[in-house]
Amino acid sequence: MNQPVRVKTLKIDDRDVSGREDETILEVARQNGIFIPTLCHLEGLTPIGACRLCLVEIKGVSRLLPACVTRVEEGMEVYTQSERLQKYRRMVLELLFSERNHICSVCVVNGHCELQSMAQILGMTHVSVPYRFPRLPVDASHERFVVDHNRCILCTRCVRVCDEIEGAHTWDVMGRGIDSRVITDLNQPWGESETCTSCGKCVNVCPTGALFEKGKPVSDRQKKRQFLPYLTMMREERR
Amino acid sequence: MTPEELRRLAESHEEARPEPRHCIKVCVAAGCLSAGSDRVREALQNEIAQRGLENECEVKGVGCLGLCTAGPLMLVEPDGVMYQRVTEEDAPAIVESLGKKSVEQLVCPSDMSFFTKQYKIVLENSGVIDPEKIEDYIARDGYTALARVLEEMTPQEVIDEITRSGLRGRGGAGYPTGLKWSTVAKAGGSRKFVICNADEGDPGAFMDRSVLESDPHRVLEGMAIAAYAVGASQGFLYVRAEYPLAVKRLRTAIRQAERLGLLGNNICGTTFSFHVDIRLGAGAFVCGEETALIASIEGKRGQPRPRPPYPAEYGLWGYPTLINNVETFANVAPIIRNGGDWFASIGTEKSKGTKVFALAGRVRNTGLIEVPMGITLREIIFDIGGGIPDGHRFKAVQTGGPSGGCIPEQYLDMPVDYDSLAKVGSIMGSGGMIVMDETSCMVDVAKFFMDFCVSESCGKCVPCRVGTAQMYHLLNKITSGEATMEDLALLEELCDMVKYTSLCGLGQTAPNPVLSTLQYFREEYIAHIVDKQCPAGVCQMRQ
Repeated sequence: MNQPVRVKTLKIDDRDVSGREDETILEVARQNGIFIPTLCHLEGLTPIGACRLCLVEIKGVSRLLPACVTRVEEGMEVYTQSERLQKYRRMVLELLFSERNHICSVCVVNGHCELQSMAQILGMTHVSVPYRFPRLPVDASHERFVVDHNRCILCTRCVRVCDEIEGAHTWDVMGRGIDSRVITDLNQPWGESETCTSCGKCVNVCPTGALFEKGKPVSDRQKKRQFLPYLTMMREERR
Repeated sequence: MTPEELRRLAESHEEARPEPRHCIKVCVAAGCLSAGSDRVREALQNEIAQRGLENECEVKGVGCLGLCTAGPLMLVEPDGVMYQRVTEEDAPAIVESLGKKSVEQLVCPSDMSFFTKQYKIVLENSGVIDPEKIEDYIARDGYTALARVLEEMTPQEVIDEITRSGLRGRGGAGYPTGLKWSTVAKAGGSRKFVICNADEGDPGAFMDRSVLESDPHRVLEGMAIAAYAVGASQGFLYVRAEYPLAVKRLRTAIRQAERLGLLGNNICGTTFSFHVDIRLGAGAFVCGEETALIASIEGKRGQPRPRPPYPAEYGLWGYPTLINNVETFANVAPIIRNGGDWFASIGTEKSKGTKVFALAGRVRNTGLIEVPMGITLREIIFDIGGGIPDGHRFKAVQTGGPSGGCIPEQYLDMPVDYDSLAKVGSIMGSGGMIVMDETSCMVDVAKFFMDFCVSESCGKCVPCRVGTAQMYHLLNKITSGEATMEDLALLEELCDMVKYTSLCGLGQTAPNPVLSTLQYFREEYIAHIVDKQCPAGVCQMRQ
């Protein structure tokens, strides 16, 4: 027999909400229509708490905690929209824009980009830190897809979807710190990858124009992510 | 093996060979080795062989003797004379002098405060025993604590003793060790792990390295006691691969202990079994962080994950895991041997015991020291360290490595303990201590540590990956005279953001060197920006 799941009651932005004990603050917030911004998080993939956009303040806790991996607790008082958090979120975005070469007007996903829309939603008007202008390669060796490192924000959604859903583990991260880069296999050209199944999941989960399909007009570059929760759900059911 | 048997073994080791009349103990820890102590040792052995004095005199390789600045060091027993800066050419004179007048020009005065002001617990065997001989360790009461624990104490009693001692984690944060042990002990499940964090990566720090090279058995004994207390049967020593000598000696030590039944199955004839394996780290600073270290042992990319859940609950391969630093484990056996109250009587109210520091930078005596908690910075730098050389003035001391900060002159009389250091914006850290005089530029110092954090960031979270790189860029602008006051404001904003939003300890503490130099030496930043001048004459201005 299954263990009964306990339900916890808590407050998010002074609103009384309830959640199962195995749910995260982010899940409960979304169920209640409370917006917490995320970039690295994608429903269906293991949360990693890397982009730091979903940081929230919890009464009585001195640290800021990522909503995507923090479980709800009884009596918790969560604040998602303090001035301090909004400032940090904007800075995270500014840092991301400064890190690589994000030029929306010439990007293949202009208008369908999560980084771009997040900047609009969070009211980012300019980038106050200097752009770094790194020289980064574009790998178009794959028959159908392209990886443009200039637009990668290292959210590792491609790494996770390839490993956890497709089961190929073609993608991984190489290097440290500011020199980190996603790679296919052992840093071989994507077109020569022996593990890639060309399923295109990585392209569809990529939040920016870093991974895109060749030969499509910009208007058709909407990324399709509906398959992800469905696939994960079906797997959970089978277990 | 019972305590009685251990004692007999120790005695038989003493009796096995007639004690030679003289023993020359040559330091073979990394510092002296790099100064050529292995060649000196060989020259001494040859000299003794030539004169046919093998039965009269023994040459022994021992662990760190402390005063690295004067290496190669050696200690001649029973005369108790210490020689410094010994070369191969000195071998004949030293052998000649045995039992007679010592070689005057080589003598290192042992009554100097460098030696007399220290209090050795962790390093008590360092420089005394041969780290490659388990019998030497046993002859110094080694493994009696383990045997006693297994024979007479319940796991809870062991934890109580450690709690009573007030020992706090020596890796840096100072978390109460007893509390950590009891948390892991209480965690459910029959499978648990004990990990020794020997991934020492702070610039200028070599405490853990020295302990592992000088007295590896002490760490193993501490781990075994911890494993018994928390209910683990497997341990891992996570050592960085840059420490080949430590790894070699640990391997030897594990083999020896297993042979005597002090590690492995049914230790000392009881039902307790504990196996230790070594895991080599590829040398990433972030792997000192608990969760990144665990990922690395699991064979994954060494990246931290958000906590909670803490390793005590969800650690290596998902099992409850105890992680302590080398120095923490090294304190365990003496606490069990002498009692928690004895340990608690040393140090200050909230910081008990002693701390090992790697004293480096602009002081006369650089090297490895162990001092009681609560000693003042002035005593460490001026009495033990011998003060600032070449007639220069003391300016600041950096403690805690890249996660720590610079402490200026006005706090020299402050006691060294966890809380006092935190109060002035620094930390104890694992124990690196870098002394600076007026020839150091504090902006340049901050830039050095930021450079370190940029290259050691794992790249997982945005604030640490990009934030540190932007901060380094700004510091570079300041030191090259191209920055404006707006840049300084931006730097401060970034410090705040990186500190409060980064995922792990590396990012959260990366701004500390900048924050503490800004707090105490703000005028130097201003001088670089407004006057386009480096007060210390270190930075290159492009005006």
